[in-house]
Amino acid sequence: MSPTSTLDWTAVCPLDRLDPDRGVAALVDGVQVALFVTGGELYAVDNLDPVGGAYVMSRGIVGSRGGVPTLASPLHKQVYDLRTGRCLDLPDVTLRRHEARCRDGVVEVRLRQEE
Amino acid sequence: MSGGDLVVIGNGMVGQRFVEALRARDHGRRWRVTVLAEEGRPAYDRVRLSAFFDGVSAEELNLHTPDDGVALRLGEPATGIDRARRVVTTATGEHPYDALVLATGSYAFVPPVDGTDLPGVFVYRTLDDLAGIRAHGAGRRTGAVIGGGLLGLEAANALRLLGLATSVVEFAPRLMPVQVDEAGGAMLRRYVEELGVTTHLGVATTALRPGPDGAVAGLELSDGSTVDADLVVVAAGIRPRDELARAAGLAVGPRGGVLVDATCRTEDERIWAVGECAAVDGTCHGLVAPGYATAEVVADRLLDGAATFPGADTATKLKLLGVDVASFGDAHGATPGCLDVTFTDPATRSYAKLVLSDDARTLLGGVLVGDASAYPTLRASVGGPLPAPPLALLAPSGESGGGVAALPGAAQVCSCNAVTRDDIDAAIAGGCADVPALKACTRAGTSCGSCVPMLKQLLDAAGVQQSTALCEHFDASRQELFEIVQVRGIRTFSQLIAEHGRGRGCDICKPVVASILASLGTGHVLDGEQASLQDTNDHFLANLQRDGSYSVVPRIPGGEITPEKLIVIGEVARDFRLYTKITGGQRIDLFGARVEQLPQIWRRLVDAGFESGHAYGKALRTVKSCVGETWCRYGVQDSVGLAVALELRYRGLRAPHKIKSAVSGCARECAEARSKDFGIIATETGWNLYLGGNGGFRPRHADLFATDLSTDELVTLIDRFLMFYIRTADRLQRTAGWIEALEGGLDHLRAVIVDDSLGLCADLDAAMARHVASYSDEWRDVLDDPDRLRRFTSFVNAPHVPDPSITFAVERGQPVPARGAPPAAGADRRRQPVALGLPEVRR
Ligand SMILES: Cc1cc2nc3c(=O)[nH]c(=O)nc-3n(C[C@H](O)[C@H](O)[C@H](O)COP(=O)(O)OP(=O)(O)OC[C@H]3O[C@@H](n4cnc5c(N)ncnc54)[C@H](O)[C@@H]3O)c2cc1C
Ligand code: SF4
Ligand code: FES
Repeated sequence: MSPTSTLDWTAVCPLDRLDPDRGVAALVDGVQVALFVTGGELYAVDNLDPVGGAYVMSRGIVGSRGGVPTLASPLHKQVYDLRTGRCLDLPDVTLRRHEARCRDGVVEVRLRQEE
Repeated sequence: MSGGDLVVIGNGMVGQRFVEALRARDHGRRWRVTVLAEEGRPAYDRVRLSAFFDGVSAEELNLHTPDDGVALRLGEPATGIDRARRVVTTATGEHPYDALVLATGSYAFVPPVDGTDLPGVFVYRTLDDLAGIRAHGAGRRTGAVIGGGLLGLEAANALRLLGLATSVVEFAPRLMPVQVDEAGGAMLRRYVEELGVTTHLGVATTALRPGPDGAVAGLELSDGSTVDADLVVVAAGIRPRDELARAAGLAVGPRGGVLVDATCRTEDERIWAVGECAAVDGTCHGLVAPGYATAEVVADRLLDGAATFPGADTATKLKLLGVDVASFGDAHGATPGCLDVTFTDPATRSYAKLVLSDDARTLLGGVLVGDASAYPTLRASVGGPLPAPPLALLAPSGESGGGVAALPGAAQVCSCNAVTRDDIDAAIAGGCADVPALKACTRAGTSCGSCVPMLKQLLDAAGVQQSTALCEHFDASRQELFEIVQVRGIRTFSQLIAEHGRGRGCDICKPVVASILASLGTGHVLDGEQASLQDTNDHFLANLQRDGSYSVVPRIPGGEITPEKLIVIGEVARDFRLYTKITGGQRIDLFGARVEQLPQIWRRLVDAGFESGHAYGKALRTVKSCVGETWCRYGVQDSVGLAVALELRYRGLRAPHKIKSAVSGCARECAEARSKDFGIIATETGWNLYLGGNGGFRPRHADLFATDLSTDELVTLIDRFLMFYIRTADRLQRTAGWIEALEGGLDHLRAVIVDDSLGLCADLDAAMARHVASYSDEWRDVLDDPDRLRRFTSFVNAPHVPDPSITFAVERGQPVPARGAPPAAGADRRRQPVALGLPEVRR
């Protein structure tokens, strides 16, 4: 699945479909995206676990570390900063982020270009 | 090398480490491994062998974890190698190989002296040797050790502990001649003699003579004197076991040992040698750390790596109770131009010598006698700058601790396992907050243990309060949180963290709180906010597998199943194309289900009368059983009936760790009940209850807790045991570790749950009664609730699209995960081989 990037916003689901602190996966232009609401903020990251290689990040546990909102991989528990995608346990590993917003009660996602 | 059949000869410390290292990295399962072992038991910790005399059992010394991918053939020594046909022969057959690893270790050298074949003469090498020594020593008065080196002194201490008046005979003019210099040897001798051990130095043993009963009675020495000894241990050195290699025409080193190069390969490109039997570039190493390094090198090479033997750390510490002796690095000052700093303190009776480079800046080695508290720090500093001025380093213990702060990152903290200070610091930064965590994470401190004090100092130096806090969100331990939740009647994570914690929680505290709430009976695990606390297994009521698919495990209580139900499982597996496997827990596992398929699969199973087997949660997993008296001609009780009853009673019980049980219908133990958290073995008159087996990573047998119980008594004791465990254990603590950590151990447990010493029993009984009454099947509950069902889709915006990343290949006629492209470069860090790198010895 090559990351085709568009600059368009895609409507994904109603906001109330997201339980706080529990992710869902969505398909956006063929890319698997994991979506979360935590602390009143919306986050979208790649569903692919960069370490384990499986598409499972939407099923990780959301939390915080030192005030930073985090997501732990359900495979081997590496913890990522949801805001930057940076892995807090392994240097040089990052989780790709995407943009997410809420319009009229609908969650929209825009894929990010390769950084 | 591409892979194929790998034969390992020898299952000692290094052979075992080699197999573990290879298996941990051989992700593609390129090698099929067969291990031929001469001894009747799998690998054990020979370094700690003497602990056997301190009451440590053979099981506790065990180093071996069963591995399905390795065929271990105990008691089947290799007898020959046919290099042309590439087969290893044993008394019972032939083992073809594509690669062969020799790990045969050493044998004890017995000098050619008359009488060494007398009864009562032993060597000191295997657990069997020690068991023989203990048996022969019983009721005898005198013992002698031939050899005053490291091993001889260890053996002498063992004889002393057996109550024998002990002598040591050493050919050299001082004890531990290899490690210690003259002044250190003199100080050591005073200590040893004070322990009541007589030393005879600078003399040879010329003969052993028998007593009237034909067993050994004494030694004759070269100076004409005699020594009484009803038991003799020969510890005169070791010789590498290179006999197989010699017979196969392989070259050996100048002083024996299978000759290998720095890659540990012999001149035959298919044959390697590791550990004490290997002469690496001509030199044999008689210690475990260099042996482990060879194991890592060969594991790496067999998987196409380029590791080479990094040189050997020859540091040693004498494990003689009460006498501290250590030597490390260039202890004899053999480096040209080196300087000695020596320090003798008659008051504390300690002797120390440091060997420094000619500019006095680099530590090359040293010897410590009397007070070796500086040993870990000094050993780690060899080859690097001095962490403090020499005298400060050697100051009596207490003041020397500051040294660790100045240790460079590359210094080896644990030489047995090649762990550097950087590794430890990284583990601490990654969240290891105590010594057990560091041990588990880095392996440091898991062999000889001499580096454990330094691990504590490094934790202190990193400012880690060695606390019981669960994680950064809660200062309380799991046990305290349990009490808070129970006493305060808290029912949600948000309330708990708002009132007793901080932040938003994490993957550590959330599942713990989820488990506490579940044990206190707060409804379905996916109700409301509780859903967000669950680990992915609990969240999908199934087990997450490596490719993101799940496995489904229906409960089969006691392993008893009707043909109709078997057929349903077969049909479900066929219709959903699931890989099917019968597990060790008497279950049928169905693998490869996608999230959106789970409810459909459950529907079929539930309709056929199945329920969730709870293979996912930290919960009761299985109660295994043998066939028992119903069918078995030996059975004395109905083991299947009891297993079914217990499994149904405790199904769904959430706990700090998963719990397994088994029931055997007689002492033959076909259900392997003693390897479980609680195991039951039938007697003629009732049931025997065993607690605290399993242990996981370090297997452990359960201990006998109560005998000849009626079924009612048995169930009451198990109820209380489980509930007390659930309330007081730490996060992820198994019952084995929990009992070990209880002050007073099994006796305390007996006081609490049998004699009701804490007045808790009524409460524990009531809690279990509530659990039993409130059980309902979690699968059915999901199927009955559209709100919960909605979560079982692969994609929120495309509920009917199956996850395209889950694809299968076929292996042995069944679907298995297709191996996709490896994840992004640099990301696969978790599975990278451990670093090699022992300090080089300067000669
Ligand atoms: C009492 C004692 C204390 C020690 N203390 C220390 C210490 O403090 N520090 C330290 O570093 N080292 C210590 N050692 C040394 C350490 O135990 C060894 O370096 C280490 O065990 C070597 O591992 P190995 O696998 O090469 O050999 P071993 O552990 O000896 O294993 C070799 C195995 O191969 C088997 N074998 C041999 N021939 C065959 C065959 N033909 N077929 C099948 N199997 C065969 C043997 O039965 C044996 O089980 C101590 C040793 C002893 C005995
Ligand atoms: S444990 Fe006893 S009763 Fe059970 S199968 Fe074995 S021999 Fe038979
Ligand atoms: S130095 Fe032996 S266990 Fe660490």
